[in-house]
Amino acid sequence: MTPKRKKRLTIILALVFGTALIVGLVMYALTENINLFYSTSQIAKGEAPVGARIRAGGMVVDDSVKRIPDSLKVQFAITDFEHQVVVEFTGILPDLFREGQGIIAQGKMDAQGVFQADEVLAKHDENYMPPEIAESMKKKQEAMQ
Amino acid sequence: MKKKMPRWFYQLASPKWFYEFTSALLPWFSAAAILLLVTGTIWGLVFAPADYQQGNSFRIIYIHVPASILAQSCYVMMAVAGAIGLIWKMKIAHVVAGACAPIGASIAVMSLATGAIWGKPTWGAWWVWDARLTSMLVLLFLYIGVIALNSAFENKASADKATAILSLVGLVNIPIIKYSVEWWNTLHQPATFTVTAKPAMPPEMWLPLLVMVLGFYCFFAVILMSRARVEVLQREKRTDWVKKVIQNY
Repeated sequence: MTPKRKKRLTIILALVFGTALIVGLVMYALTENINLFYSTSQIAKGEAPVGARIRAGGMVVDDSVKRIPDSLKVQFAITDFEHQVVVEFTGILPDLFREGQGIIAQGKMDAQGVFQADEVLAKHDENYMPPEIAESMKKKQEAMQ
Repeated sequence: MKKKMPRWFYQLASPKWFYEFTSALLPWFSAAAILLLVTGTIWGLVFAPADYQQGNSFRIIYIHVPASILAQSCYVMMAVAGAIGLIWKMKIAHVVAGACAPIGASIAVMSLATGAIWGKPTWGAWWVWDARLTSMLVLLFLYIGVIALNSAFENKASADKATAILSLVGLVNIPIIKYSVEWWNTLHQPATFTVTAKPAMPPEMWLPLLVMVLGFYCFFAVILMSRARVEVLQREKRTDWVKKVIQNY
């Protein structure tokens, strides 16, 4: 490479890494705002703002889903396997909502420490399986128990 | 310390050589693209098993994932081509970079649209402002910005330079898209498909996906070469070899 080209290469590298550094610092400073949801531990530890609209994310605890008859009201608990938060929601839940499934609820904490959600989104994980395999895995698990 | 680049690198810089070289490549890539895309689509949409939770709606993965991967690779290619054009003052590199932008923009739209269509039944929302979705939208805006900037100049040389710099600045967005699902809490799930780890699905599901990804790349190569060839002919229209090509056509 000629010295001139080398100089241009240096300028370009400086440009790319310079912007990366600036953007990196901005992103680092904004981490709290970029996170889509608070984990249940963060809520339990008081890291999430109280009274403000926030999103809470976690796994739906097994056997915690209670449907209130004659209404669309549902109550369930979500967990990150350290702390649990009870969520109340009125409306239609997404197809993927089930016990053991990751979900994200948007709403507010009320005075009783119950999360009043007005929107529930199902969080899908990166695992995909044909139904037969899922079925046989479930059977194996039951057999082990 | 004067290291020389390999010979093919300088050969590629000659518009005439580029035109002839891509003439030889085009039929192969076209055939591969058709073969892979047809096989992958039929395999993925008909023969691959349904997902245990999502049922058949998961099949959109066979379009969504290749489109998302390609939209990002295309951007990297555009930025690298721009950098080569800036450093070596190579016109062909700028031609290639210019050809990348509209293709990348369309593929990014495809990725966002298929993602939204999948998101509604699976998540319960068309759109969520999480880090992955937002950074992907930024990618689309970068492509649009590059296209707009490129056409804002009368002078080709200044247009090439300006767009190359913009695409290099925007390059920072690529690692953000890739790692957004790891750095922050997002609704979007982590990568299904990585080079390093075993895919999180059985082979009968990821094999058609792999075929589709390769097919998308071949398709991209075909469109890219075709666009670049037209641009080369336009830019070199006063030269003898282009006049000859046109006469023989």
